[in-house]
Amino acid sequence: MKIHEYQAKQLFAKAGVPVPQGIVAKTPEEAAKACDELGTAVCVVKSQIHAGGRGKGRFKEHPEQPGVVLVKSAEEARENAARMLGSTLVTIQTGEEGKQVNTLYIEQGLDIARELYLAVVVDREVGKPVVIASAEGGMAIEELAAEHPEKIIREPFDPALGLQPFQARKIAYALGLDATAVKSAGRFLPKICRFFVDNDCSMAEINPLVVTGDGELLALDAKVTFDDNALFRHKEFAELRDLSEEEPNEVQAQAAGLSYVKLDGNIGCLVNGAGLAMSTMDLIKLHGGEPANFLDVGGGANVDQVTEAFRIILADEHVRAILVNIFGGIMKCDTIVEALLGAYDKIGITLPLVVRLEGTNVEKAREMLSGSGKDIITATDLTDAAKKVVGTLNA
Amino acid sequence: MSILVNEQTRIITQGITGSAGLFHSQKCREYARDECSRTEDVLVGGVTPGKGGTEVDGFPVFNSVSEAVGKAGANTAMIFVPPPFAADAIMEAADAGIELIVAITEGIPVLDMAKAAEFLEDYPNSRLIGPNCPGIITPGVAKIGIMPGYIHSAGTVGLISKSGTLTYEAAWQLGNVGLGQSTAVGIGGDPIIGTNFIDLLDLFEQDPGTEAILMIGEIGGDAEIKAAEHIREHVTKPVAAFIAGKTAPPGKRMGHAGAIISGGKGTAAEKIEALQAAGVEVAESPADMGTALKRAVENHN
Repeated sequence: MKIHEYQAKQLFAKAGVPVPQGIVAKTPEEAAKACDELGTAVCVVKSQIHAGGRGKGRFKEHPEQPGVVLVKSAEEARENAARMLGSTLVTIQTGEEGKQVNTLYIEQGLDIARELYLAVVVDREVGKPVVIASAEGGMAIEELAAEHPEKIIREPFDPALGLQPFQARKIAYALGLDATAVKSAGRFLPKICRFFVDNDCSMAEINPLVVTGDGELLALDAKVTFDDNALFRHKEFAELRDLSEEEPNEVQAQAAGLSYVKLDGNIGCLVNGAGLAMSTMDLIKLHGGEPANFLDVGGGANVDQVTEAFRIILADEHVRAILVNIFGGIMKCDTIVEALLGAYDKIGITLPLVVRLEGTNVEKAREMLSGSGKDIITATDLTDAAKKVVGTLNA
Repeated sequence: MSILVNEQTRIITQGITGSAGLFHSQKCREYARDECSRTEDVLVGGVTPGKGGTEVDGFPVFNSVSEAVGKAGANTAMIFVPPPFAADAIMEAADAGIELIVAITEGIPVLDMAKAAEFLEDYPNSRLIGPNCPGIITPGVAKIGIMPGYIHSAGTVGLISKSGTLTYEAAWQLGNVGLGQSTAVGIGGDPIIGTNFIDLLDLFEQDPGTEAILMIGEIGGDAEIKAAEHIREHVTKPVAAFIAGKTAPPGKRMGHAGAIISGGKGTAAEKIEALQAAGVEVAESPADMGTALKRAVENHN
């Protein structure tokens, strides 16, 4: 689960991780007032959307207006905010359609001496969280990793112990910080690592992490993602979720305990198991079709969930045919067929439907299918299934 | 011959009183009775704290893993405990001296697994498979997991996979080309797992009963690339592979917690390239896994 920059910074502040002072604004008037309250010579007006690249992003309605802007007066803040709020920001991460900006974060101006890069993520290889840092702040870490891998500092730490002071110093010296900033890093780094662990983050990225003129480290940006599997112990995060940032069908699927990702094609897929679901997409593509979605009904889906899965697939108006591919393990084939037939009656499937079944209770499932009298196309194996479903589009 | 699972395997189920735990315990018991030549019980009971001393469908229930080890002689644990308590169950199994811990549970918080992985370092005799995996099967000897038993036949192919249903698909296809498995292992689709491709490549390389290896990977992370490097240096047996997710969009988690292309890394294309460079026969289509393994064997001869 992703959250906005201002939410991440509010959580940082609570955890003692230094951030600039900032105020949330939802109207131009609030933006102007925030600027007055902060009282610094300059303020920064920042669009709050989940996607990155906001600074270089521009608004569809106002092609000259950047997504993050420096202002020198309350009046200037008001004018910029008026153009930004309700408008559509397009960045390298939003795609062409862009994202509507509904919230701004107004921040104090700072005396910035240096910009660094800092992130905490889970390193899959070592099985531990790791601090990633670089003296090259502001730059996308992917680019830096590709061009100058030697400029990236990596320091794994034990999640139970947290980042030790010597590790913080190690990172600080590697970043080439001066004596005052090394001390500040000694406070900052263990705190952000503690924050990461306590909140079950999967990523906490600060780009840039700034060193001010008087040697203090501050999180100038904040991008935080929580581990969805750990949300059960952080019920309070529910209110941080911004549903307008998510694909409505994906939200609906998640609520039903399904895993769904919308794609651009026209063949809907209903599959059990993530690997098989990905492979089914690959297979459709290989045989000249375009998958409309990834949909994993999981290992323990019941009739209601499978019915919901069909509803979600059918809600995508681009879908012209559906491929059901089930290899039963935990999921029993007859459960799928029962749901399939139920969905026929409940929501009325009129699109061509190709079904391929194998695994637990397959015989019973096949009997149910053939005895149903419904117009369902059956397939014997993967290739047969892909050819048949692609074939229905050309028929 | 086989790896990890053999005639001495005696399994307990942690979380046996839950519906999935019981259902699959019954299936594993059925498999042992119907498909294996072993005379003694293979699935010897289960653990649910607080329900010790009771019985569920003929399985004795114990309060702790160490009690199950002491009273039922278990050396293998199959874990169905719900995600919030699953990491604890893994650590308990290791502490009780269980040699093979197979964690089926999906949805364990990644930092819980980081802590469990750290803990397991002090228990070198315990091997964790998974979590978020279908389990492990040595056909005709024992099934520890949720895979349908009938699709696996005994043979000489070592099967390693990140994905559950895709493992079934692969076993099915191997059967269709007349090949069985020495052992099939689902390693799981989570970011932090106990046993990885390289561990199993080594075990299969050393196993005299394994003549060829089929590995199934997917987008996310670089385990397949590391495996490719390892195959080039250390594996002499023929290897075929399939990588799922060629059509997966970047930045989106494809079901498995670990299946995500982030920062342009972890794509199917780069993994396929690395495997091909290491001489691995890569299946172009998921329908081609069985035949790719056959080609790998033929090219090797």
